[in-house]
Amino acid sequence: MAPPLLVTREEGLSNASTVASASSPQSLDCFSQNGGVSLKERNYLGLSDCSSVDSSAAPGMSDEKKDNLNLKATELRLGLPGSQSPERGPDIFSLSSTKLDEKPLFPLLPLPTKDGICSSTQKTVVSGNKRGFADAMDGFSEGKFTGTAAINVMLSPRPAGLQPTAKKEIPSKVLQGQTGAVSGTGGAVSGSSPASKAQVVGWPPIRSFRKNSLATTSKNNDEVDGKPSPAVLFVKVSMDGAPYLRKVDLRNYTTYQELSSALEKMFSCFILGQCGSHGAPGREMMSESKLKDLLHGSEYVLTYEDKDGDWMLVGDVPWEMFIDTCKRLKIMKGSDAIGLAPRAVEKSRSRS
Amino acid sequence: MKKAAYSFPEEVLEHVFSFIISDKDRSSISLVCKSWYEIERWCRRKVFVGNCYAVSPPILIKRFPELRSVTLKGKPHFADFNLVPEGWGGFACPWIRAMAGAYPWLEEIRLKRMVVSDESLEIIAKSFRNFKVLVLSSCEGFTTEGLAAIAANCRNLRELDLRESEVEDLSGRWLSDFPDSYTSLESLNISCLGNEVNLLALERLVSRCPNLKTLRLNRAVPLDRLPNLLRGAPQLAELGTGAYTSEMRPDVFSNLAEAFAGCKQLKTLSGFWDVLPSYLPAVYPICSQLISLNLSYATVQSPELIKLVSLCEKLQKLWVLDYIEDDGLEVLAASCKDLRELRVFPSDPFGLEPNVALTEQGLVSVSEGCPKLQSVLYFCRQMSNAALNTIARNRPNLTRFRLCIIEPRSPDYLTLQPLDDGFGAIVEHCKDLRRLSLSGLLTDRVFEYIGTYGKKLEMLSVAFAGDSDLGLHHVLSGCDNLRKLEIRDCPFGDKALLANAAKLETMRSLWMSSCSVSFGACKVLGQKMPRLNVEVMDESGPPDSRPESSPVEKLYVYRTVAGPRLDMPGFVWTMDDDSALRIS
Repeated sequence: MAPPLLVTREEGLSNASTVASASSPQSLDCFSQNGGVSLKERNYLGLSDCSSVDSSAAPGMSDEKKDNLNLKATELRLGLPGSQSPERGPDIFSLSSTKLDEKPLFPLLPLPTKDGICSSTQKTVVSGNKRGFADAMDGFSEGKFTGTAAINVMLSPRPAGLQPTAKKEIPSKVLQGQTGAVSGTGGAVSGSSPASKAQVVGWPPIRSFRKNSLATTSKNNDEVDGKPSPAVLFVKVSMDGAPYLRKVDLRNYTTYQELSSALEKMFSCFILGQCGSHGAPGREMMSESKLKDLLHGSEYVLTYEDKDGDWMLVGDVPWEMFIDTCKRLKIMKGSDAIGLAPRAVEKSRSRS
Repeated sequence: MKKAAYSFPEEVLEHVFSFIISDKDRSSISLVCKSWYEIERWCRRKVFVGNCYAVSPPILIKRFPELRSVTLKGKPHFADFNLVPEGWGGFACPWIRAMAGAYPWLEEIRLKRMVVSDESLEIIAKSFRNFKVLVLSSCEGFTTEGLAAIAANCRNLRELDLRESEVEDLSGRWLSDFPDSYTSLESLNISCLGNEVNLLALERLVSRCPNLKTLRLNRAVPLDRLPNLLRGAPQLAELGTGAYTSEMRPDVFSNLAEAFAGCKQLKTLSGFWDVLPSYLPAVYPICSQLISLNLSYATVQSPELIKLVSLCEKLQKLWVLDYIEDDGLEVLAASCKDLRELRVFPSDPFGLEPNVALTEQGLVSVSEGCPKLQSVLYFCRQMSNAALNTIARNRPNLTRFRLCIIEPRSPDYLTLQPLDDGFGAIVEHCKDLRRLSLSGLLTDRVFEYIGTYGKKLEMLSVAFAGDSDLGLHHVLSGCDNLRKLEIRDCPFGDKALLANAAKLETMRSLWMSSCSVSFGACKVLGQKMPRLNVEVMDESGPPDSRPESSPVEKLYVYRTVAGPRLDMPGFVWTMDDDSALRIS
């Protein structure tokens, strides 16, 4: 499995995203995994907002307040829309007034600075709620292990309002500034060009049919006017006996290792017996190492269906060739996949 | 007796009711009194179920024993953008099985975002003798084998529309399964199919069906076959081309142009995959009669688009890629004064830099020049409060406004302020606004505007916006007509949700993903509101393996009279009365 990416946000939550940040492009689990650590200390009322500009940590909240909020959060007051019980009133409406008063102090806009790190600090510190999203966004971006990931982390949540020229400068800065080490805003940079954005799942909101149509069109135009190759390449991933199919965008990965880690994460809960039939899930999460053993101990293998309709073992051909021919992925039990190896070798021989 | 004095005989009432078609009105009628309820339910012929889990087949059948037309919708809207994992649900089979038994005279089935199997299609094909209309919109789970069953058995089929469904295309042979004696086809939409259909069979089918009005081909139908098809159906009103490219040859061109010119009733054009620009002029002769044009797959540049669009003076609906650019939209605004709906899609949504000169200005031009503009879907990379203000003031008659600024949380590019005021102007001036999608940098304030002014708003889509629960609270407490609310990546949490729990029973559904709603709150909601299904989706394991305060990945809440559903996959948990028992 890929090493856990640490989102060292300025609040200093060191394990905010842990394993989840290296998640698949499809999964939102980085957010929920965040929940274990950072979101517990969320500030529902935004009371720390006015001091947040200076404070470096939204979690700098007293435990007492935290308990209060948790209680209030789960306490249900039912009323007709618009009606408020007196006790509740102050919560919502004082929120409103404090919010309005705070508006001038409320640093909503990313400061037009080239230093994306600084502006993201502003954004995330301001409200505990928001912190989760910035993390989530970065978590997503980091999860995309193409070289564009780092740049995109800078660009996707923050410098949207900046002039195009500023935008252009940032990528090079990020590239220069990046080392193999993890920083608060980026993942490792590999060698590929910053041709396209890291993709947040389902954004921009375009239907798959349209995405795939455009992708095929640009592929056809490739030779003619040298436009970049299709941005997306969704294939279905199934696993014997798993409760759900997933779709992955093969363009999000550049190596088999990345794909494999992502798939492991995607299907991990099934392998661990968590998502079984309703009402009988296992209660304990298996350790990471157990999961690794399960997958690497040839209990499951990754196979794919190629353009000819044959099922092959993943990993025998160069990556580029693989994504060109792969139509569908399947995680099979090792025992079922025994017959595949010889064919794969033969095929790649005949191809090369 | 009351009856004699105050009511008409049943037959008279039934006759009167037969003129009431709108579902809402029918619903109102049924609430007047018990006898009206009874009469109405026996003579209801058409039913629309906006959420297939809000009701169950037995309940539907029990209440409406004589239906001829059923429409069902399954997955939530965000499923279109891959936010709903496969296997979530929306299975058509139980419905189709039940209806096969109960409605032998069923004529129309329309499904949207549902999982349909070949088996279901076979049941349809064999169970309904007078079956006429099958529309599968954004569905999946079936293959061309299922279509073959429909083709072979549905003698009275009028409409087969597979719009945007995911069909496993095993072979194009299925089209040949329409018997030679079959001539009643009026509408065929196979634009989503990947492979070639049997072209000869298609040509023969098209030419022997005199009432064929709508024909939407798939990409695999080559351009040089189009003239033959058109000549076989000169009465066509709606055409979707296949790939619009071929070796450029004058004879092919003139053949095509002639064929188009022969279609005097053609009003709607779509398709246009892989366009070779030099073939576009073939449609010029009919441009002046077009009311709807879908060029959203046509990757041609602005000048060609401008030329085409400027000839379509009667155009009411235009879907186009952002290749049209601001200049093109200005021409559109000047030429197409009857325009009602505009959708501009991004040609390069994942690129970092804008690849076309399309900005907020294009939309402003159209809002100025097209007085009848009601419906907008616009993807762009920059927006300003000023522009939105102008658009709002120009076009208070907008009913649908969906703006997607590609970069999440983009502020007003001129002032770097949030776009609260701009969207606020939209909801304030467009008093009949029914659907709104937000984007860009937005604070709780925009939701305050929406809650205050969006009184007719029925559907709201929110992403990467807001600061706190207050935002959600404004919407839930202020939008009186809200039916569907879908939210992703916003800092909305428990407070607003629980405080407005009762509101949720007045809505069709609420979707919240990557927000701050805790598992504990979901449980509370589920337990306290028995008429809501509160479903939590979590692919990393059961939510109760984490602390109660952990946020759930995805939450889908909908009202129902059918209780919790029983077909949930392993990654969906329902929070209902005995959820405590179920999970622990």
